Parts: sequence; C-alpha cells; structure tokens
Amino acid sequence: MADVVVGQASVTRSTGVRKRSSLRNAVKHKSTVAFLMTLPLIVLIAVLVLYPAVYSLHLATLSKSMTKFVGLGNFQFLFKRETFWLVVEQSCIFAITAVIFKALIGFIVAHFVHNIPAKGQRKWRGMLLVPWVIPPAMSTLAWLWLFDPSYSAFNYTLSFLNIGPVPWLGEASWARFSVILVNIWIGAPFFMIMYLAALKSVPDQLYEAAAIDGANWWQRIWYVTLPMMRNIIAITTLFSLIVTFANFDIVRILTAGGPLDQTHIFATWAFKVGIEGSDIPLGASVSLFMFPILAIAAIFILRDINKRGNEA
Amino acid sequence: MTTVTMDKAGPRRKVKQGSISRDRAWALRWSYFFLALFAIFSLTPPLYMLITSLKGSAEISAATNPWWVFHPTLGNYVELLTSSQFLRFFWNSAIVSIVVVAITMLISVPAAFALARMKFWGSTALATGVFLTYLIPDSLLFIPLFKMFATFQDWTGVQLLNRWYVLLLVYPTLTVPFCTWIMIGYFASIPKELDEAALIDGASWFQTLTRIFIPVALPGLIAATIFAFTVSWAQFLYPLVFTTSTDQQVLPVGIITTLIKGDVFNWGQIMTGALLGAAPPLIIYAFLMDYYIAGLTAGATKG
Repeated sequence: MADVVVGQASVTRSTGVRKRSSLRNAVKHKSTVAFLMTLPLIVLIAVLVLYPAVYSLHLATLSKSMTKFVGLGNFQFLFKRETFWLVVEQSCIFAITAVIFKALIGFIVAHFVHNIPAKGQRKWRGMLLVPWVIPPAMSTLAWLWLFDPSYSAFNYTLSFLNIGPVPWLGEASWARFSVILVNIWIGAPFFMIMYLAALKSVPDQLYEAAAIDGANWWQRIWYVTLPMMRNIIAITTLFSLIVTFANFDIVRILTAGGPLDQTHIFATWAFKVGIEGSDIPLGASVSLFMFPILAIAAIFILRDINKRGNEA
Repeated sequence: MTTVTMDKAGPRRKVKQGSISRDRAWALRWSYFFLALFAIFSLTPPLYMLITSLKGSAEISAATNPWWVFHPTLGNYVELLTSSQFLRFFWNSAIVSIVVVAITMLISVPAAFALARMKFWGSTALATGVFLTYLIPDSLLFIPLFKMFATFQDWTGVQLLNRWYVLLLVYPTLTVPFCTWIMIGYFASIPKELDEAALIDGASWFQTLTRIFIPVALPGLIAATIFAFTVSWAQFLYPLVFTTSTDQQVLPVGIITTLIKGDVFNWGQIMTGALLGAAPPLIIYAFLMDYYIAGLTAGATKG
C-alpha cells in the first residue's frame, strides 16, 4: 500500500521528471507483472479472435480457388443470388421474432415465479431452466424426433383434436415456425432468470407507494417494474439478439436449411457454402454480413455498461 | 405490502381486505396454473428423450401411443455404453472439456486479477475489449479459423484439422472472455483493505492472488468453471467444422454423424445418446444450481 500511495504522490508532484528511484522501479515492476499476467489473454484474443476476424475480411476478397484477388466480386455475386436475399430475410425474421417472444415469455414467467411463495420458487425455477442447461445440439435432436413426419408425437397428439398431420419441417412456413419455436424454448429460460434477478432487486417500498396511490397491477408493471428493469431488459435483449442472429445448431440439426433453402440463416448458409461447398471466400463473405448487426448491438451494450459503471 | 395499507385503513375497509386477499389467492392459483403449463413446455423434450430411450426399435416404429413405454428396455443404453465408438466420443468430450476448463482458469484468473486490481496502461480498454470479444460469435470465426489451421499445416507440417486437440485451441476463445469478465466483477467486489493488508504484511502479488483473492472469490470461480465446462461440452459448430473422422469427434457431433446414417434414423439410440450427452451438464446443474445461476446473471449484473 505504501508503495502505491507514494507512487501516486510522486506522479502528481512531477509527472514530467524522469527520476530513477526504487519507488519508480517498484511501480514499473508492478505494471510489468500485471502485463505478464494478462499476456496469455492478449495473445489468445489477438491470434484466435482478432486475427481471424480481420483475416475473414481478406478471405472475402479472394476468388474461389483463393489465388486471385477479386475485390468486392464475392459480394456482387451474392447480391445477385436469390438465395442470399432469402437468407437475409429469414435471419431477420428468425432473430427478431425469436427474441421478442423469448423476452415476452421470460418476462411473464419471471412474474409468475416471483408471485408464488418464496419457498417454492427454487423448485419451479429449477424446472424452468432445464432447456437452457441441456446442450442445444442434444435438445434439438429431441425436437427433431418430436417433429418426425411419420412417427411424430405432436401429430399423434393433434390427431385426437382432428387436426391433420402438420408438416412441421416439411413445409417452408411450418419449418420457419418450428426453428423459431425451438429457439424460444431454449432461450426463454435465460430471460426468465435474468428478469427474476432484476425483479428481486426492485425495492418493495416502490410497490407499496404505488399501491397507496391506487395503482392497479398494470400501472405497477408499467410505472414501477419496467423502468426499474429497463437496463437489464436492454442488455439481455441485445445479448440474445447477437446470440440468436449468430445461431447455428438449431437450424443445422432441424432442417439443415431446407426445405429449398427456406430456413437458412447466415451461419448455416455460410457453413453450407464455405465448408460443404468448399468455397471458403464466399462463405467468409456470407458470415461477414452478421458483422453490422453485431457491431450495432455491441455499441448499445457498451453504452449501457458504461452508464452503469458511472452510476456505481 | 397490502397488509401495510390495511392497518392504516381501519375497520371500515374490512370488506375490501377480503376481496384483496381473495384476489391474491386467485392470482396465486393462476400463477401456479401457468407455471405448470410452462414447466410442461420446458420438460416435454427431455422427458420424451427419456421415454424414447427406453423403447426397443420395434416399439418405436409401431403405431402405439408415443408418450408411453409399453415394453421398457435398457437395450439402447447397453448398446451405446458398450460401443467403443460412443465411449470414444464421450472420452473425447470429457478430456476436451476438462483441459479447456483448466486452460481457461489459468488464463482468465490472473488476467482478471491484473485487470481488476493492478491498473496499468490500457487496462480499462483491455477489460472492455475482453467483453467485446465475448460478443463475437463462433459462427463468424469458423471459416477463417478453418483456413488458418489449413495454412498452418502447410507451413509447419503440424496437423491441427481433424485432430481433437484443435478444440483445445479454439474453445478457450469462447470461454476465456466471459470467465475473465465475471472474474473481474467478483475480484472488484473484494474490499481493497484486504489486499492492502496483505501487501503491508509483505505478500507478493502472486501470494495476494492465491491466498486472498482466489479463496474469497471462490463462488465466482466455481461459477466460471461451470460456465467453461458447459460451453465446451455443448459446443457444436467448431467440432463439426474442424473434426471429421469418428475417432476424433466429440459427443454432440459424433451422435449426429454416426447415429444418423443417411435417411435412417435410429431414434432409440439417438435419444439415448442425446440424454447421455445432456447428463453431465444436468448433473452439475442439479447439484450446483445456485452457482450456475450466479454465473449466468453475473455477466450482466456485475462489473
């Protein structure tokens, strides 16, 4: 502690003067140690995250055989393809619909859990979080089997209600519905748990004050709960938007993009084009289209986090 | 909260009190009703996995009620747990996840300590940068990484693609940023007096970390460990892209590539495999639910 305080004092006294003292060395030593401690992290991020991100920009400008520079040729090619616009459309529908429903269901369920006596909350929360815990690839397999065209458990159940066999994954609009449904199933518990944590942090006095003022339950939610949870709702939604937009597992396993490329989203189409079709530059170009939405979401998240930092 | 208003209201409002408590009773009933509905929605797929895994193939293709097991059998479990291929997937998954957890902790704990306590040039920017890397998804990086590993092999002759240990390189990119981020939050919440006292007593930075920070932030450490393990265990895209031969694959990819043969789905075994693959995270969750949830919420509420 002594080191730190004196170190700071000397800095405030004369920042410009370069004095060779043992104190300065100690401070220097400290920052060297700190740098060495973060070095593995920096190397990991630089080599395996930042470099590939930049490298994919470079890859996107190459020809299929990766020998020739084609500039924006890959993008021109993409813009002319109908499938590409289908993928853009489906990615947006998929991400936005799924996130809205996840947020809504999460909000509603969190309220129900919050409503019941504290003793039972743990049990219900435990059950409701199970979809989030199971690896998505594994649970999507269960959904694939539930949706199975000939032995579908859903269609068996619906047949009692005289609802004909539903082509869950066979028809474009149903397949789109199904991939979104599975995404909601996996993601809603995350919202539920975040909202529940936020609900618990809203002081009871605010509700008491609202109740004294004669607010009904809707007004309590609108004027007390929502404003208090605004920050957490924003961050959770943006987080989920990124994850959902970049989703791969669900669509890949359920439909692999079919029928007729109708359910492809950016990640699955990039995989199909880049890895299965071994056109790496084109695949890289496709996945780059995820970047703008991620950047926008990241800016908003960062702003919220900085705001919270200032409040604290 | 209603009782407070009632106390002040006095005897004249007795009727009203009755109606409010009746309202609350109804609200409670509706809450339980909807919670039950959502619980059914949540638990149907895993329960259906269990139901199917207990069926023989004859019963699966029979036109009986799919929601019930008429002739329960453990045949699927026996078959999978004696198949050397499936055990290989399980072993690969286990070794990859455990090593990745170790790597993640070795990288992120010292880094988080340095970023939370030892301010140095660029440390704030680095902390923000770490958080931003967490937002870069795997589906943006798999193609350049694939090409990088192929080029690396051309240059050095070291084969990374189609080797399970390539996953030890790429999984930390998913786990380290988040674990560092939540550990920064946990470390920052430790009172400064604690490590100042240690420094006065002559402890080195390393001793401060191992003797004070790690024991005090142990709940956070456990939460980060659970997070790293579940992420590595569940990862699907990277192993699908980077490994192709069956002896190198991990569980999620192995189940999908080997148990689905063309158009033939052996559903009994697929569901058994999926259930066994979901078991480790579920078991951890069952025993350490509070840590699991702490890790989940810490990312957004701390730091």
